[in-house]
Amino acid sequence: MGRAPSPFATKIPYEEKNLKIVGTNPTARGDAVDKVTGRARYASDIKLPGQLIGRVLRSPHARANILSIDTSAAEALPGVKAVVTRDDFPDMAIEHAASGELMVNFRDVTRNMMARENVLYDGHPVAAVAATSDAIAKQALKLIKVDYEVLPHVIDVRDAMKPDAPILHEDQFTKGVEPKPTKPSNIAARLESKLGDIEKGFAEAEIIIEREFNTKPVHQGYIEPQASIANYTEGGLAEVWTGTQGHFVFRAQIAKLLEMDLSKVKVIPTELGGGFGGKNNVYLEPLAVMLSKKGKRPVKMVMDRDEVFRATGPTSGTNVKVKMGCTKAGRITAAQAELNYQSGAYAGSSLPLATITVFTRYDLENVSVVGHDVTTNRPKVAAYRAPGAPMVAFGVETVVDELAEACGIDPIDFRLLNAAKEGTQTHFGPKLGPIGYIQTLERAKAHAHMKEKLGPDQGRGIATGFWFTLGAETSATVNIGEDGTATLIFGTVDVTGGSRSAFAMIVAEELGIPYEKVRTMSGDTSALGFNFMTAGSRGTAAGSMAAVTATRKAIARMCEIAARKWEVEPDQVVWEDGMARPAGANVGDFAPMSVAELAKEAAWFGGTIAGHAEINVAQGGPGFGTHIVDVEVDRRTGAVKVLRYTLIQDAGKAVYPEFIEGQFQGGAVQGIGTALNEEYIYNDKGVLENAGFLDYRIPVASDVPFINTEIVEVPNPDHPYGIRGIGEVPIIPPLPAIANAIYDAIGIRMRDHPMSPPKVLKALKDKMIEDAAAQGTAAE
Amino acid sequence: MRYEAPETLDAAVGLLAGESGTVKVLAGGTDVLVQIHADMIEPDVIVDIKKIAEMREVAEVDGAWRLGAAVTGKELMDNPAFNAAWPGVMDGVRLIGSVQVRGRATVGGNLCNASPAADSVPPMITSRAVATVIGPNGTREVPVKDIAVGPGKTSLEKGEFVVSFQFPKRPARSGDAYLRFTPRTEMDIAVVGCAVNLTLDDAGICTDAIVSLGAVAARALVVEDAAKALIGTPVDEAAMEALAAAASAAATPIDDKRGTIAFRTEVAGVLAQRAAAIALERAKS
Amino acid sequence: MAKQYITTTINDDHVEILCDPTQTLLDVLRDELDMTGTKEGCGTGDCGACSVTMDGVLVCSCLVLGIEANGKKIETIEGMAKGEELHPLQRKFIDHVALQCGICTPGLLIASKALLEENPDPTEEEIRYWLAGNLCRCTGYHKIIEAVEDAAAEMRGN
Repeated sequence: MGRAPSPFATKIPYEEKNLKIVGTNPTARGDAVDKVTGRARYASDIKLPGQLIGRVLRSPHARANILSIDTSAAEALPGVKAVVTRDDFPDMAIEHAASGELMVNFRDVTRNMMARENVLYDGHPVAAVAATSDAIAKQALKLIKVDYEVLPHVIDVRDAMKPDAPILHEDQFTKGVEPKPTKPSNIAARLESKLGDIEKGFAEAEIIIEREFNTKPVHQGYIEPQASIANYTEGGLAEVWTGTQGHFVFRAQIAKLLEMDLSKVKVIPTELGGGFGGKNNVYLEPLAVMLSKKGKRPVKMVMDRDEVFRATGPTSGTNVKVKMGCTKAGRITAAQAELNYQSGAYAGSSLPLATITVFTRYDLENVSVVGHDVTTNRPKVAAYRAPGAPMVAFGVETVVDELAEACGIDPIDFRLLNAAKEGTQTHFGPKLGPIGYIQTLERAKAHAHMKEKLGPDQGRGIATGFWFTLGAETSATVNIGEDGTATLIFGTVDVTGGSRSAFAMIVAEELGIPYEKVRTMSGDTSALGFNFMTAGSRGTAAGSMAAVTATRKAIARMCEIAARKWEVEPDQVVWEDGMARPAGANVGDFAPMSVAELAKEAAWFGGTIAGHAEINVAQGGPGFGTHIVDVEVDRRTGAVKVLRYTLIQDAGKAVYPEFIEGQFQGGAVQGIGTALNEEYIYNDKGVLENAGFLDYRIPVASDVPFINTEIVEVPNPDHPYGIRGIGEVPIIPPLPAIANAIYDAIGIRMRDHPMSPPKVLKALKDKMIEDAAAQGTAAE
Repeated sequence: MRYEAPETLDAAVGLLAGESGTVKVLAGGTDVLVQIHADMIEPDVIVDIKKIAEMREVAEVDGAWRLGAAVTGKELMDNPAFNAAWPGVMDGVRLIGSVQVRGRATVGGNLCNASPAADSVPPMITSRAVATVIGPNGTREVPVKDIAVGPGKTSLEKGEFVVSFQFPKRPARSGDAYLRFTPRTEMDIAVVGCAVNLTLDDAGICTDAIVSLGAVAARALVVEDAAKALIGTPVDEAAMEALAAAASAAATPIDDKRGTIAFRTEVAGVLAQRAAAIALERAKS
Repeated sequence: MAKQYITTTINDDHVEILCDPTQTLLDVLRDELDMTGTKEGCGTGDCGACSVTMDGVLVCSCLVLGIEANGKKIETIEGMAKGEELHPLQRKFIDHVALQCGICTPGLLIASKALLEENPDPTEEEIRYWLAGNLCRCTGYHKIIEAVEDAAAEMRGN
């Protein structure tokens, strides 16, 4: 993620105390009634008077040079008010910035938004139009003539790494290789991370397992397609309503791409219909702004479902090699991995994050991780819930299983023998603080799930996962109204709907007032200081740090009002149970003042009551989880059915327990979908064949059982309420847990993702042939 | 695009035969609207046939059912007598899409859309239902198996459409069943589908059988050898083995985003056995 | 393309619309009538976010032409609550945290209501299979099933 931790970052120590509100499940959730009545407003629900409808023309080729673009016929079509192409957007120099958990390079961001010299994937935007109706906009697209020179393309990461592969970028030389290479490559970067002495580690190993794994890209699959409405005023200001996980980052990107001052761009985040990392990048927004500028009317753009699959960002497809060694007693002595991650058309995959998570569940002395970030003719990858981690967990957690089996040790016990704990040195730098990994393993071992009997062709697998919690810039404001109610303006986009209730609980707890007296509101970019993307599981964790900081400032102001009224020093006033009180009997016999009473007097005593925070929250509080899954395999068709699922994860402190359970369950089911059926399928022309929910198969309600969940609480020492990020860990273990369960059921190790029926059936048949041959040999 | 909703068969024929541009029949719309959305078709005229009474009727005369081609999946599911008479056909109907899709989709549309993987087609074929087709030259009877000729193509002439299906009367001790393979439990297009309709004599020996495979060729197949494997047998293990072999041998699938040749060929045999087992149970009860 | 005049009843309100033959019922609801509670997730009947009932039958409004709604009775999410009173399903979805981002929620509520009208005492399996036409990516379906079971029990008077 490219940034060293700042010494000025905010940590607020955990305070063990009796909580009245935090940790309960609020009866009134800020967003829920509007959502169940259909009144909640998502981006595509917004309509501006006089708006035009915008649509994007996309490349039908996986790779081609653009020789010319002729938009004249489209521009002449009655009802068309604006057309944009590469000519309407400035070129960008190389410049890196964080966009959620991945880094972006503006030179590439502008090209991904609108192709310039060439198109690099099926779906790559080439032009956009705005017209008075959707039908006319679609017609206009058909009238745009693009002259392509189709070129050879490459889809698979292993193919792209070969020396004779078609090269996407003539100016891309592998970074991280000395001396600097002279030939361009699809390998954009090489990363290395080491600890100890890997050769020594393997020399000490009595058992060594080396395996190779391949995974296909998967998509976040949010049900709400991207949608944006932009209004470029005659005065040169742009307002953009859009579904985003980070409106301040989007503002920065829009301003940069269009060469506008930040202060002239306002981004309003709408209620989000799912993101999971996929809405960390601009796609339509700059196009809508430019179309609005040219068309002199607001422009609304909504992606079709096939555009979402073709042209937003799935995860990386990967090739992962894992080699691990251990003693017969079960201690891991060496852990090595090679991660080959494709980034899509432009460099910058989740490789650095994968590198961090590879082995971080284990206490190791000798580690070597090498990774390659590889460009291929697919859409530029975006983050997807624990980006990079499930793929590498597929490798490591199944190899760990094999080691355990070779040692004759139960897989949970094997992990306990090697478990990361407080003080464990990671291979990427820091030592781990207090963590709950061991607790999740122990609770898994003791869980009732482990006692369920398995029948024929049924198997059980376990796997574990780790993810960190991002901190980053977070700003919030608390305003106390004249009636004593509080409003929190928050700037970390509430991507799930639960964070705002968590914030309200925390503000209510801090103030000592009822939960119902706190209202939360999402602030747009004009309302608050910068807030980083809701990514890295930071939404509630970091957002609440800013909420606490802002609330405590408001409390200080209220104490100041009381002090002025009572004519005492500010440090002689304390805040307790929702009231300003004299710090001791010696201060004077003053009646405590409630929030409402203080608010009434605030103006006289200096001004209204508010507190604001603009902090950079320190990264911290990593989360760990252990999953148990039971599957049944139909040996005649290769179909894998999930029978039972249990998930145990450390949440730090559970602010809103039922919501946390829901996050656990949702992440686990996404992981199940990844494991069994989700994948991007390309034809030999590099065109995506399954760009819809019919053939991009996410789990339906009848595909999955109830997901049992348990919350472990090892408070995050750097957060006042002990909160850890929890959103991403749940999606990591399902893929390897299911692979381990399939092995337990039918004795076959699947290393090729997804573990779909044709693959499982083929593996079964291959094994039958192998077994028959072996028997034949044995008989001879 | 122009929308027409004729109220008589003749009016519909007139529109379908008489229009110069592209004309599409609109029944449930669960395929046509998807194709319009994907820009696969751009009809000049849409002819909604749902207002024509004959197309919506379900009636049984002396054990022989007549089904209007525009009867929806849900209407059929809500008809207990038809469910009891043709459970295999209903197995197929019950698998089309989702509850929402079945609220609109029709057996006529499922057949005439001519997807090789359509779920109601193999059991309609094994029921030996006959389609009444109307057109500019009058009406004619066409066995269901002869309607679809290839992916998206039917044997219907310009101006023709299917009005209804006539099912034969069911002999005693008969049972039919349809099974499909899909990667998820619902919502997928069949990777392989198989319908079996068989009749037993009093001694439990199969006297008649017909087996149809879907999604393993350009259209649903009738597999003679599979039927022969069952006829004259008590549908025992040996017959089942021969059945599976015949089904797999008859399958001529392709590799595509839904399945491989090897997978479809193998699973055709597996489904044939499993469908035959269910049909057998139904015939006995 | 000449627009066609249609009249329909939506949530007991009489409605008159001028509608283009190519517009789906979903387009008409969202774009002509500003009834944005019904959502578009895919436009092809694969996700159920656009679910409504038409003459009491659960359908995907993206698979119905606007013109086909002529003379029919449509029910959408906006009609599910009666004044101030939420439907038991709406209440139970909130109580059980059966929604997170909420984009699939209107479709799921309409579909669940249709289920309970047809089968007031469904098993877990029946609920899951009925709701298979409604995709959710946030919840993993667990709390949705629990909410429907609880609402069904309340509506049966248990």
